[in-house]
Amino acid sequence: MANSVEAHHGEHEHHYPGFFTRWFCSTNHKDIGTLYLWVAMIAAIIGGVMSWYIRAELAEPGLQLISNDPEGRQFYNVLVTGHGFIMVFFVVMPAMIGGFGNWFVPLMIGAPDMAFPRMNNISFWLLAAGFILLLIAAFIDGGPGTGWTVYPPLSSADFHPGRAVDFGILSLHVAGASSILGAINFIVTIFNMRAPGMTIHRMPLFVWAMLITAFLLLLALPVLAGGLTMLLTDRNFGTSFFDPGQGGDPVLWQHLFWFFGHPEVYIIILPAFGIISQIVSTFSKKPVFGYLGMAYAMAAIGVVGFVVWAHHMYTVGFDVNTRAYFTAATMVIAVPTGVKIFSWLATMWGGSIRMEVPMMYAVAFIFLFVVGGVTGITLANSSADLVFHDTYYVVAHFHYVMGIAAILGMFAGWYYWIGKMSGRQYPETLSRLQFWLFFIGVNVLFFPQHFSGFAGMPRRIPDYPDAYAPYNYISSIGALITAVGTLLFFVVLWRTYAAGTRVGANPWGEGATTLEWSVDSPAPWHTHEDLPDMAGKAPAE
Amino acid sequence: MFKRLIIKTSVVWLGLLAVGPVLAEEYVARSKPWQMWLQEPMSPSAEKINDLNVLLLWIEVGIVVFVLALLAYCIIRFREKRNPTPTKTTHNTALEVAWTAIPVLILVAIAVPSLKVLYYTDQTPNAEMTLKVAGNQWYWTYIYPDHGDLEFDSNPIPDDELKPGQPRLLSVDNPVYLPANTNIRLLLSSNDVIHNWAIPSLAVKLDNTPGRVNETWVRINKPGSYYGMCSELCGVYHSFMPIHIKALSRENFKKWVVKAKLEFAANSRSDETLRVAQVEIR
Repeated sequence: MANSVEAHHGEHEHHYPGFFTRWFCSTNHKDIGTLYLWVAMIAAIIGGVMSWYIRAELAEPGLQLISNDPEGRQFYNVLVTGHGFIMVFFVVMPAMIGGFGNWFVPLMIGAPDMAFPRMNNISFWLLAAGFILLLIAAFIDGGPGTGWTVYPPLSSADFHPGRAVDFGILSLHVAGASSILGAINFIVTIFNMRAPGMTIHRMPLFVWAMLITAFLLLLALPVLAGGLTMLLTDRNFGTSFFDPGQGGDPVLWQHLFWFFGHPEVYIIILPAFGIISQIVSTFSKKPVFGYLGMAYAMAAIGVVGFVVWAHHMYTVGFDVNTRAYFTAATMVIAVPTGVKIFSWLATMWGGSIRMEVPMMYAVAFIFLFVVGGVTGITLANSSADLVFHDTYYVVAHFHYVMGIAAILGMFAGWYYWIGKMSGRQYPETLSRLQFWLFFIGVNVLFFPQHFSGFAGMPRRIPDYPDAYAPYNYISSIGALITAVGTLLFFVVLWRTYAAGTRVGANPWGEGATTLEWSVDSPAPWHTHEDLPDMAGKAPAE
Repeated sequence: MFKRLIIKTSVVWLGLLAVGPVLAEEYVARSKPWQMWLQEPMSPSAEKINDLNVLLLWIEVGIVVFVLALLAYCIIRFREKRNPTPTKTTHNTALEVAWTAIPVLILVAIAVPSLKVLYYTDQTPNAEMTLKVAGNQWYWTYIYPDHGDLEFDSNPIPDDELKPGQPRLLSVDNPVYLPANTNIRLLLSSNDVIHNWAIPSLAVKLDNTPGRVNETWVRINKPGSYYGMCSELCGVYHSFMPIHIKALSRENFKKWVVKAKLEFAANSRSDETLRVAQVEIR
């Protein structure tokens, strides 16, 4: 094995690990990134199958797939819960942060690896353990039918006896610990391991995005962990933090959950912002317009994101002044978000734009993010929320703005970097077909849900009044198209590895200026062992 | 014609017959197939929110169209073939100030009317009566503290027991009767998990949280049937917890109260509703 192509990189690297050592005991940021991406893809299949089951059930009024008894209905609620948990904690976060973050943060800042390679390993395996705990939760004692928000008293021992919710709590604890360790690793790496001359204000925007995301994780997840522990002791050890019968308060949980939950949505979308910035710049052959504004817009979103949490709770019975504050604070977020959208447009303006598949995904991202973003302005209004709260309008909003947008960001990143990761390029025609199927599918799927929400259809229901049938049927057709588009992605993946054309260090040409394009494709086992010197180079802007 | 009948008949009959004709041609507020807009607003709050949503939607459609147009223009005008040499422009202070300041102005233009509506919808200073709503897994309990603590449960009707004309998943055995054109204070609580009492056409949506009493208000514009569904995940039958308000004219409501007191006389306060009933707000 020592005579593999990468052997000349670093003479002290004579030893290449065997399969078990390489993939189970890995401390290499690229291998760990790959592992994260695989877990995300496996989880995406499971979470996706859950959502298609939900859409199949909702295709027509009445109960088609689930049985009309408490067990069947609990199963539906478990699907809704599992879909949310899996997509948030085990698809988007692992793919974006663990996957692309691990792979490309060290490459982009000119570091040989992450600051704490062994901690990186335990981050990954804690995540894998968390995923297994979540799957166990779904299969015992009827599963957790609480929604991903796990509101007590529904999630308390009185209404969810059995071990399902406990396993769910442990799953989130373990996944949360994984993310906290990962966040520390990113912060230390980015602050301490940048190549000479790679100042903070020269870092690529993807690195900026990961830095801010890591801070959000570090500040938000401990709050969730605290809340989860209180719920766990309420359920098992006789405390009553959330039990109104003993002086506790169910609304306290909602504060703790959403104090984490709102930054969480930025944790999900900020890495996508970073990826889109890299791609728009690369394929417009222009540096990002307003680089500093872009970086500090993300920082502003991160900061303001911590003081808007109660807009998820407008109907809990707040004082009206409280709701007025959260309405105003929430709308403030539209300003830095607008800066980002307009800066991407300005980056394209005057550029020399090549619509490669990653760029198609980036443009689709910008469009879908704007559609989802503007409905967020409606939902920010506590008054309008009297009509929209807990309806499909909310479902449509967050699927556009953080669900589909994040997935488009992931696809964009995958097509952009697959040449670097595998050394082979994706099949062009098949990939374009995959893009169009997926893009059309998600719009057919989620756009009609705005109308269902206008009409007042509540979320999280397996059966609905007959008047909501037409839009739900269209939605389910969209889900079918999306499913085909998703399957096609796995075909693309297979064709890339099986028959993709080999690419050189930089397949994208002059627009791709960041450091990952200066190393071979596939990226060698070890990179940047001789630190690149960025001193005197043009700043990233 | 009616009045003569009413005088002759017993108190119970009186109520039933007075309500009967109202039902025959009543206004029905619920969603319709292919509906693309909010349900028709039937309370002052709902009207204001409807208007606010019109404003919001125009602004939002404008933003989407604007961004889409710019995207399309960039993709076509600055494509590689047509524009082989990219500019190196990465800054334009005036532009950056503009795209920060203009959204702020738009948001202020939204926030001012929005907050006005919010304060309007919050509470009513002059409630003419109070209705208590208690959520249970999976039915609602209604209590009329100003009408001798009249109390009854409102259970959903399973699909196979529906009568013709009763909408599926929205019909209940005992609708909650309320007078139209009356400021009604609503006090909401729960006996088990969190529920949410929501009527889209009236813009009422507030959590029923155990251990708390939440207050809001409603004024129904005209007699009719108003439908809603529980709007907070409350367990396995969450989708089967409908709300049906029958709004009557004030006279008919008085008659109904007389009738209902007889019908529901047996409903002594059970333990499970005691918790709600203990918290009296006067």
